[in-house]
Amino acid sequence: MEHYRAHILICAGTGCISSGSKKVEAALREQLVKKGLDKEVKIVETGCHGFCEMGPLVVVYPEGVFYVRVQETDAIEIVEEHLYKGRIVERLLFKENGALDGIPNYKDIDFYKKQMRIILANCGHIDPEQINEYIAVGGYEALGKALTKMKPEEVINEVKKSGLRGRGGGGFPSGIKWGFTRKAAGDKKYVICNADEGDPGAFMDRSVLEGDPHRVLEGMAICGYAVGADEGYIYVRAEYPLAIKRLRIAIKQAEELGLIGDNIFGSDFSFHIKIKEGAGAFVCGEETALIASIEGERGAPRSRPPFPANSGLWGKPTNINNVETFANVPQIITKGADWYTSIGTERSTGTKVFALTGRINHTGLAEVPMGITMREIIYDIGGGIQGGKKFKAVQIGGPSGGCLPEELLDMSVDYDSLLKVGAMMGSGGLVVMDETTCMVDISKFFLSFTQAESCGKCTPCREGTKRMLEILNRITQGLGKEGDIELLEVLAKNIKQTALCGLGQTAPNPVLSTLRYFRDEYEAHIKEKRCPAGACTGLIQYKINEGCKGCGLCATVCPVKAIHGEKKALHTIDQDKCIKCGACMAKCPFKAITKG
Amino acid sequence: MKTIEDLKRLREQIQSETRVRHEGSKQIIVGMGTCGIAAGAREVLSAILDEIAKRKLEDITVRQTGCIGMCEKEVLVDIVLPGEPRITYGRVTAADIPKIITQHVINGHLIKEMVVGKIIE
Repeated sequence: MEHYRAHILICAGTGCISSGSKKVEAALREQLVKKGLDKEVKIVETGCHGFCEMGPLVVVYPEGVFYVRVQETDAIEIVEEHLYKGRIVERLLFKENGALDGIPNYKDIDFYKKQMRIILANCGHIDPEQINEYIAVGGYEALGKALTKMKPEEVINEVKKSGLRGRGGGGFPSGIKWGFTRKAAGDKKYVICNADEGDPGAFMDRSVLEGDPHRVLEGMAICGYAVGADEGYIYVRAEYPLAIKRLRIAIKQAEELGLIGDNIFGSDFSFHIKIKEGAGAFVCGEETALIASIEGERGAPRSRPPFPANSGLWGKPTNINNVETFANVPQIITKGADWYTSIGTERSTGTKVFALTGRINHTGLAEVPMGITMREIIYDIGGGIQGGKKFKAVQIGGPSGGCLPEELLDMSVDYDSLLKVGAMMGSGGLVVMDETTCMVDISKFFLSFTQAESCGKCTPCREGTKRMLEILNRITQGLGKEGDIELLEVLAKNIKQTALCGLGQTAPNPVLSTLRYFRDEYEAHIKEKRCPAGACTGLIQYKINEGCKGCGLCATVCPVKAIHGEKKALHTIDQDKCIKCGACMAKCPFKAITKG
Repeated sequence: MKTIEDLKRLREQIQSETRVRHEGSKQIIVGMGTCGIAAGAREVLSAILDEIAKRKLEDITVRQTGCIGMCEKEVLVDIVLPGEPRITYGRVTAADIPKIITQHVINGHLIKEMVVGKIIE
């Protein structure tokens, strides 16, 4: 038996792979062989650590040194200095903004200090393609406990007591939902895991599936036992090929060990899991449309009631939950509901994984206890706004959510508080915006997304969102009229009340939310034909002022030859030709061109 | 996997493989500065690893450190047992390793004639 004295853990989540972690891995393997260390040092591919801005990430044990932005060419130094001589490679350590000293251990980095990694505990620390590593950290113990020591009703009670609420965005108490499915009449029941994760910018579920797939399988199996289902489906969007690959490997390995399949742990309980790939429709993240898709129908929602708990997949009682919800279940069973309720707030227990995106310094994934403030997430964990700019708003809940302006930064982040201020938790995607973001443009962006994804089945969503989008397009092009804002509000209220499914019902949210906190921006666009943030290209003009020395450099870089002037005389820009690319402003050595 | 006991047994078996990622309670530290390497620290390190593999020892972290200045006495090997001060052995060869591991790491007795120093935090 070989004894490996060191492990090199390389992040193989989608983010780091895109940054080149596979090349880093190949280079490290080559160097280890060259130095004769390949029998002593093991290379392990792990899932996502969450610190995506700093990838590719490499962690070396036993010291637990956290190396960031590792390139192929760094492999020589890591092997020679660290693995061979035991000297940490200082220049590859993470350094806080402006600091001179590197921080070797990730636990000491601000990004991680305020996090409470429970769902993501194994991501970055185990090889997701080895079931052994999941078992080594206590995997499948919860399933064993549930099957051999608890009755199905006891499992449901424990989940109810824990206060776990759906992490897909709805926030419905999971234990209660499981109870409905259990009570529903019929012998054939299903469990479905919603892994469609359609919100733009959200990748929490992706990281869990890529980094710790067994946790989700275990959660589904426990649910199956509790509600009386013997079959489970994982509906994964096809845009996540790595997650699908790792899930397939995980299911196969779990079946080989008898942890998924017939008579698990020698009990009467059997549970099989299948994977169904999505086909690119955002609406299939909605539970009834998802079910239709698995059935082979076109992905379009159905009216509820009946709810899936009573009549779901092929008309049978079905319990459908989000990836993150299932990922919470194993620890609730092993550690107990009382442990879970000690985290978070009274009505929003546990932790939530957030995807930090936008104009923030540390983009990535962070898991925090419910009740933390948005300020802590953005500044303490996220490292503040890029370029030292001013914070403007943060969009939470994706295309179904709303924005929080600066005055709400200190509110508690939990399901109910967010609803009160016109936002919603959603799946956990956060888009941070600064002073250069136009709020009208943002609401137009989200609405054009939901409009494109509207399945077309119901008139309010199909026609209503289109009309709202037309109005927003006019406003951002400087063609807004008096009465547009009021019309948007009327349309929004109607669509919210009459649309068939969550997509339509929440599509107007970004518009309503930005109107609530940034109405003045809309008014500036309409009444003054001005975009305060300077973002809407239809409303900005590049102008040359008296600082112009007539050097003609701007004219040489203009791609559409819109600038004219005599040598040494004031030049002018033909606004009809100008395509607002900004090349002239960047080139002018006298800063004589302004945007406004 | 027929019973929970099967799972527990499998877990214990596998835990030894990922133990490297957790701080072991016993530490063996080999000086691997240029002086150490020149004096043969690589061979000493390999001997340590072979011994641990041969005897299926658990809960030991093996790592390297740089030159502490006592170049004359390389190869230097430090042993840290829980609750004990860090002991440094000097002029260690691969042949000494079985004795150091049996006598000190496993049974907790110092090999006085090889000790060059004791580091107390």
